[in-house]
Amino acid sequence: MSDVLNIIKDSTLTYEQKLVSLARAAENTLDVLHVSEEVQEYMQEGIICDLNEGNAPYRPRYIVPDYERFMKQGSEFLRLKPANDIWEATNNLLILYRHVPSITTMPVYVGNLDTLLEPYIKDEEEAYKAIRLFLMNLDRTITDSFCHANIGPMPTKAGRLILKAERELQDAVPNLTIKYSRLTPDEFALEAVRTALVSAKPSFANHEMFVKDLGGNYSIASCYNGLLIGGGSYTLVRLVLARLATKAANTEHFLNEVLPGAVSKMAEFMDRRIKFIMEDSGFFENSFLVKEGLLYKDRFSAMFGLVGLAECVNHLLGAQEQKDKFGHSEEANALGHSIIEKMHLLVSEHSNQYCKAAGNHFLLHAQVGIDTDLGISPGCRIPIGEEPLLHEHLIQSAPFHKYFPSGIGDVFSFDETVKNNPDYLLDIIKGGFSAGLRYISFYASDSDLIRITGYLVKKSDIERLEKGEQALHDTVALGLGAVRNSRILERKVRHDE
Amino acid sequence: MNRILPFSSVDGPGNRTVVFFQGCNFNCAYCHNPETINRCSDCGLCLSACPAGALGTRNGKVIWDSTCCTGCDACLAECCSKSSPKAVYMTIAEIMKTIDKVRPFISGITASGGECTLQKEFLAELFLEVHKSGLTAYVDTNGSIDFSKEKMLTNSMDKVMLDIKSLDEEEHRMLTGMSNSIVLKNVKYLAELDKLYEIRTVIVPGLLDNGCNVVETGRLIAKLNPNIRYKLIKFRPIGVPDNMKKTPIPSDELMEELKNYAEKEGCRDVIVV
Repeated sequence: MSDVLNIIKDSTLTYEQKLVSLARAAENTLDVLHVSEEVQEYMQEGIICDLNEGNAPYRPRYIVPDYERFMKQGSEFLRLKPANDIWEATNNLLILYRHVPSITTMPVYVGNLDTLLEPYIKDEEEAYKAIRLFLMNLDRTITDSFCHANIGPMPTKAGRLILKAERELQDAVPNLTIKYSRLTPDEFALEAVRTALVSAKPSFANHEMFVKDLGGNYSIASCYNGLLIGGGSYTLVRLVLARLATKAANTEHFLNEVLPGAVSKMAEFMDRRIKFIMEDSGFFENSFLVKEGLLYKDRFSAMFGLVGLAECVNHLLGAQEQKDKFGHSEEANALGHSIIEKMHLLVSEHSNQYCKAAGNHFLLHAQVGIDTDLGISPGCRIPIGEEPLLHEHLIQSAPFHKYFPSGIGDVFSFDETVKNNPDYLLDIIKGGFSAGLRYISFYASDSDLIRITGYLVKKSDIERLEKGEQALHDTVALGLGAVRNSRILERKVRHDE
Repeated sequence: MNRILPFSSVDGPGNRTVVFFQGCNFNCAYCHNPETINRCSDCGLCLSACPAGALGTRNGKVIWDSTCCTGCDACLAECCSKSSPKAVYMTIAEIMKTIDKVRPFISGITASGGECTLQKEFLAELFLEVHKSGLTAYVDTNGSIDFSKEKMLTNSMDKVMLDIKSLDEEEHRMLTGMSNSIVLKNVKYLAELDKLYEIRTVIVPGLLDNGCNVVETGRLIAKLNPNIRYKLIKFRPIGVPDNMKKTPIPSDELMEELKNYAEKEGCRDVIVV
């Protein structure tokens, strides 16, 4: 019970953060999953990690409601009628968000906001006021920057007003992605680039690639997770390749025995979690989101995460010098591909009857890491401090993206002078997508708001928390950990190279 | 060639690969890359300066091994000839091979230097190949060759970025060792062809009459086409000759004031870098 008392007494936690932590502590007193000893051993060693999802999952981790349908029909449970104007539309959404569960207790997806709000844009000045207040409300009440909105791929009045407001507000919430298609006009994409250079968002998602993998009904939620609208992901568990590699005698042993064994253990653990949600928690039988057609269990899958590919490869090859390491050496990059290809094969051989959204399979996910990761790089990323020249970096990274429909992405910091030439970034985005990149994020080096790994935090908030002051968003604490352990502020600033 | 920079955000529209040519006919007091001015004289002074053993000689010529080079530039510091042992001869096919590696990521290439137009025939041929691969070709020049007499080059290029280092003939001579008459003729000629993308002026406190230059250049741009970008570049004492190392960097306030001057003259696209 000392954990509980520690939570209660922690002066850096807001009331809301204490409540969430206490709920998690309560959940973790249960043992209903009956996890096998082998899995428990791997969890204790930090090789399999459930990302604090809790011992008794009572809702899917990521929930992506069908907000389009909600806007059309309102909600019987919430006693809401379809909106008639922009004020009612934003009010209806804000009410619904309060009732969307997730791992964070707050919604990780708040809709394709531009197309949701476009029908209500009559007077642009009034609409702008409504949208600005709406976005400010999200930032101050959804106090977790895994909350994600989407816009695009086509320009809309609402989309432009959202970008304008984001440039002005420069808030951490919501995270924002523009679905970028070959059909997205340059002029709209450039407005998004200009916005990203002052507010670290939106990120750019390769629309054609997501549509090919997930169909047109996809969303980007949480960090950069590709999920179906009206569905989501039951769980995200990750395999820490950096630590798993230390179990192997050599590369062959790793690929042929250690990795298959670990994938099988983790899949079994994920099966247990999903089984509990589907057969014991009662979520899908009782949630009004399901009853009102905003969620469908056949649009869910589960995300099989991995992290620390770079360190795994470097360990297996005994690479000490940069020229021999992942991101630089052809041999190291090729081994990285062999590992991911093998994982892709192993994961696609596993079947789970509840993962209808992905043909009864799990989807690979390049997890962005957690605050306590020390010397473990996100997903398939090249470690901070070892970044090659930008063109080499993009060409190295792109081929990994095809394996990860449920999310992978690269983050770059650009010198503030590129604000003079947003076309420069659009060229890089277009080139990256044609080379196979799925998702790319960037921010300017002079920005207070920065992308930590997949989520946004203000540097000034991190400094305040470091001094022992409370921070409104719970993600500031994660950002602080990542800054300390993963050298986030040392990310290479890109200019001309 | 002095070197090829795969990605640049400051050498024309969008992302561009910049090809730096070796050799320049100006000798600007504030030159930021004096190692591009002359071709290597093979004197061998730099050999002993290289800590990585990347330099050697063959048949009396200085040879550079790019695979050992750490990029410390100790050789450039040692050179008395305003040159570089790292400059290499390249064919058009070799340059295109380098460009092809990054082709999906760029809008085009910019030929810079040194002074790239000193190799104008080569440049025109290179640009033909560049256009064949769907890219644009820009020229960054000191404006010293008469573009109206160089039809092959002028027709083969998309646009030009050109320095007006000083509008005053005497000041221009003092700064560069050359007249500005051809430079100004080119400005008018290229603007008429709509091939002038950008005019640049480096702001150097104490050395140049910066206010006068910016006002008059701004007026000229506004008259020709106010949408031509006017870029005001802060002098920075990096890479410059020793006698310029103590020259002060212009303040942000001064740069902003100069920007306002140009805008008052009617320029619509003035940026400070």
